[in-house]
Amino acid sequence: MNGLLAYISRRLGVTVLILLAVSFTVFVIFALLPYDPATLTCGKNCNDPGIIEANRHRLGYDKPFFEQYWVFLVGLFAGRTFGEGAAEVFCAAPSFGYSVQLHSCVTDLMFDALPVTLSLAIGALILWLIVGVGLGIVAARFRGKIWDTLSTAFVLIGTSLPTFLTGLMLIVFLVIKLDWSPFPAGGYTAPDEDIVGWFLSMFLPWVTLAFAYAAIYTRFVRSQILEISTEDFIRTARAKGLSDRVILGKHTMRAALAPIVTMAGLDFAGLLGGAILTEAVFNLPGMGRLSLGAVVDIDLPLIVGTTILAAAIVVIMNMILDIVYAFIDPRVRV
Amino acid sequence: MPLLSVRDLRVEFATPDGVVKAVGGVSFDLKAGETLALVGESGSGKSVSNLAYMGLLPKSKTTITGSVLLETESGPVELIGMANDDLRKIRGKDIAMIFQDPMSALHPYFSIGDQLIEAHQVHNEVSKDDSRERAIELLTLVGVANPDERMKAYPHQFSGGMRQRVMIAMALMNNPKVLIADEPTTALDVTVQAQILKLLRDIQKQFKMAVILITHDLGVVAGAADRVNVMYGGRLVESAEVNELYENPMMPYTVGLLDSIPRMDQGHGKRLRAIPGQPPSLIKLGEGCAFAARCDRKSELPNGTCDKSPDLKPVKAGHLVRCHLYEIKAKATTKAKSPVSKKSEGKKK
Repeated sequence: MNGLLAYISRRLGVTVLILLAVSFTVFVIFALLPYDPATLTCGKNCNDPGIIEANRHRLGYDKPFFEQYWVFLVGLFAGRTFGEGAAEVFCAAPSFGYSVQLHSCVTDLMFDALPVTLSLAIGALILWLIVGVGLGIVAARFRGKIWDTLSTAFVLIGTSLPTFLTGLMLIVFLVIKLDWSPFPAGGYTAPDEDIVGWFLSMFLPWVTLAFAYAAIYTRFVRSQILEISTEDFIRTARAKGLSDRVILGKHTMRAALAPIVTMAGLDFAGLLGGAILTEAVFNLPGMGRLSLGAVVDIDLPLIVGTTILAAAIVVIMNMILDIVYAFIDPRVRV
Repeated sequence: MPLLSVRDLRVEFATPDGVVKAVGGVSFDLKAGETLALVGESGSGKSVSNLAYMGLLPKSKTTITGSVLLETESGPVELIGMANDDLRKIRGKDIAMIFQDPMSALHPYFSIGDQLIEAHQVHNEVSKDDSRERAIELLTLVGVANPDERMKAYPHQFSGGMRQRVMIAMALMNNPKVLIADEPTTALDVTVQAQILKLLRDIQKQFKMAVILITHDLGVVAGAADRVNVMYGGRLVESAEVNELYENPMMPYTVGLLDSIPRMDQGHGKRLRAIPGQPPSLIKLGEGCAFAARCDRKSELPNGTCDKSPDLKPVKAGHLVRCHLYEIKAKATTKAKSPVSKKSEGKKK
């Protein structure tokens, strides 16, 4: 058990270093962009040097690069004050900066959007895991039979239909054409306000997103099972006289667990950065819409914030997966 | 009645290139308590023939014909064509197997204790504790130190030789009558090989098992087997008691195999000889002798003799050869004897 704790703390240390490197890289990239962040704060047709210089000072863009990065890091842990006097705004820790265009702390914007995306991603993940793994097992078990062919058809449709088309079709047939439809055509209801409303508002987005992923997972799980079935230890299991059911359910799936968990973890982490298309179709104010808006408006602090957060989620998920591995694969525990 | 009686076993695989005749009519008997070595190079059908009647080949695209009778308490049972659910009750119980690479043959994610207990539980309605005791008992027997502790360990925490010992313990869990050892020492160091072979010998005596030892290594066979069946191109080409085969190999392929390994009793000056050419394609096997293309004594025979495959015939008591060279000799020396049919071939063994 000591080995496991040491392993986890080692991974934590490495993760902190990676996060630092990621934030610095993002910072450098946006410093190199041919935009003057202070000019951007002034709006599209603004040429007033007074306002621009005032904003430059207020947001700290007049400081040298490394000092800006240092102030940013400190802000992450201690919060940060922008401006002085009447125009003073304090963004509490973890402060990712201030969006002049949206008149709001970047952190507040992201923390409003994250639960929406989290709702979407968790529900979709559960749905696609059930469908994808289930169909994958069925397809592998009945390889070459009708069930396999049907699941291949499902895979083909799921991977070729784009999310926006699936989503729009669901809205047309299950919301607009259906008089008694319980589903709203879009928008988000917070679960702490109305749990049923939340479920109904999320259901179609879940199905839309899960459909595409379930198809990929069906194909992946099927090929994993078929590949593992050729392993020597499966032949040993058969030579022992175990039934096909035990071999598939216990020996094969146990070996397939690690790759499935890895893929699910990384896909989930990727989605938390924002499911842009699904969020757009169902008008969900999530991370995807937030970062898309930030890019369209060239809202630099918001772009930096969402980029670092999305990257951090992936890095942290990688750490979680590494730790989960230690439980899944005895060979990792050294 | 032999323990295992294999008659005209044929295995064919449908592949995109054509039908592969992996095993082309193999017959042999396995007596209780004996060690039968199956020797041949890669693709000679030595492994496939045993995997076939164990039901361990992929079912689709594989055709298995012939007969394999296993002697049981309730009389002989036919393994070929047996329902999968019945066959699996024989696998691991009456006939157990160990494989070439003990690393990949053990499940990497389960402790060896779990894997041993599972092997016992599947064939016996006993408590897990009973199976556990049995597992520890067998780990001790095969020479795993601290078996109680080691039950919790995973395969990667064992050395290659120790893993093979665990595999052997697993095969012994249900007191099998037959142990099929498929290249059990090929993946191991030479010193470890010797230990494993000795262990196999010891447990065979103790459990009164018959062992089918599949190997390409005639050095392994010498100390371990009672009888040797040499396979080539999916068929038996020579079968004899182990000493007889080493002293008096007849089929040119067997002679070639023996010439290709170093021997202590043949002085230092002698060079090792390789058999020229490649093993035959099992797709294009024709009517002729499969070894003819590589045979260095073909010139001794009249032209056209090798266009027809020779039959497996006894040349002397207990020594069968599939070779035109000895068909002629056999005709000359044992004229009085009637031609040997497949049935009586079996009895001879």
